[in-house]
Amino acid sequence: MKAVLASLMELLRGDVQADRVVPPTGFTATLTTLTAGAMAFLAVFALALSFATGRLAERWSSELARSSTVRISAPEAELEAQTRAAQEVLRLTPGVARSRILGDEEQRLLLEPWFGPDLPIDALPIPRLIEVVEEGDGYDAEGLRLRLAAEAPGAVLDDHTRWRRPLVEAANRLRFLGWAAITLIALSTAAMITLAARAALAANAQVIRVTRLVGARDIYIARAFVRRFTLRTLIGGAVGTLVGMLAIALLPSAAEEGAFLTGLGFVGLHWLWPLLIPLFGAMVAFWATRSAALSALKALK
Amino acid sequence: MIELDNVAYSYGGDDLLSDISLRIQPGSFHFLTGPSGSGKSTFLKLCYMDLTPSSGLVQVFGQDVRGLARDQVALARRRIGVVHQDCRFLDHLSVAENIALPLTVAGRDVEAEKDNLKALIDWVGLRGQQQQRPPELSGGERQRAALARAVIMGPDVILADEPTGNVDWEMSQRLMSLLIELNKMGKSVMLATHDLNLIRTTKNQISARVLRIANRKLQLAGADL
Repeated sequence: MKAVLASLMELLRGDVQADRVVPPTGFTATLTTLTAGAMAFLAVFALALSFATGRLAERWSSELARSSTVRISAPEAELEAQTRAAQEVLRLTPGVARSRILGDEEQRLLLEPWFGPDLPIDALPIPRLIEVVEEGDGYDAEGLRLRLAAEAPGAVLDDHTRWRRPLVEAANRLRFLGWAAITLIALSTAAMITLAARAALAANAQVIRVTRLVGARDIYIARAFVRRFTLRTLIGGAVGTLVGMLAIALLPSAAEEGAFLTGLGFVGLHWLWPLLIPLFGAMVAFWATRSAALSALKALK
Repeated sequence: MIELDNVAYSYGGDDLLSDISLRIQPGSFHFLTGPSGSGKSTFLKLCYMDLTPSSGLVQVFGQDVRGLARDQVALARRRIGVVHQDCRFLDHLSVAENIALPLTVAGRDVEAEKDNLKALIDWVGLRGQQQQRPPELSGGERQRAALARAVIMGPDVILADEPTGNVDWEMSQRLMSLLIELNKMGKSVMLATHDLNLIRTTKNQISARVLRIANRKLQLAGADL
């Protein structure tokens, strides 16, 4: 560990004399910094996507799994009686912690995104909703359905599994895709840096030849390139990450309309995760340049 | 220090050198002559491990070059100063930085050795040119800078490939006097040149062996010089 830290410090400190020996190639330098910045920017969004979908999947699977709804659609004259009967059935069902009838205001809020705020809820034939909260291992859904059918024919149990499962699956898949995107970004960064390092090595073939003739070891030559590309990636990655974090921070609040999309972002300590992107990028650049340089130097006579 | 035993080198199916045997002893001075294209530079490249022999044995400081890892070659080259005919400078560096290049690549602190560097630059008479870039130097100045770079690490052997090829007679004499001075300091010198006049003039000042490459083989030149 000490050796790794020492070599990292040595890399950061640099060697002015050694840096002078290998002239910087402006073209690859600019490209590397720009691409590292762009990749870091994309990585921030991929990371935000992973976290956001992770949160969604967790919330849906935990919250929705613990609650369900009984919907009662009956002629107005029977509505009250069927509601009471359904509540009684629920009260006696093992695994049901509690149940409660949603008030008009709550129902209006549920419908507001589709019908607007001025919905005359009293004038519409809207079914009565009972929220059911489970306890322990939950209830026997099939048994409850049968009892409800017998006691309150207009009652329909919706345990949310029908639409919850594909949503949770979709969220989990999106989270996986987010991490896959981060992996692809890392691989693309490595490939880009390998190409840039090889181009820089080819452009400096004469320098390499002369330094070798006066006694330079391959690791000395490689280090000059490794340090340069690592620092460029670190700087580009830091700028790209900051811009990406700023863009995420400036996204509309999750409380506004379209909460699903605008929920993309970081919460709490998750804001620290993107700060690892430039460091991770620098590590990728370090290993990509080092292996590219050493293999290219090995191939060079 | 450098020993070649029955060495041959061929390239593209053509034998460039064959049956070459020589031992470079500490403090020795060798001239290597022969017409252009006879293989003088190839011979020197075999000595400083820029080429590996097709057959035969090359030993540098007691080590068979075929068994040397790349890093070992680099370390061995630090003990061999080479003056190339075309000097091989890095044009983006100043003359002083080029002279100090072997120190730099060896990881030595050039700032700590600036007095030695300054003395060496004075010795080759380039104090006024040390901040210039190599393309700004004359042929003679380039060769002197190359000689300074070759000796800055305090090598045991100096191999010079036509160092006087592109300079006038006066400058040739000046370069030769520097090489003779180095030899008197105990360094082995191997100087490849096709200039027989230079050899004749210098032979009177120093005990040197003259070798000739003819028909791909190394011979000891004699009274015909």
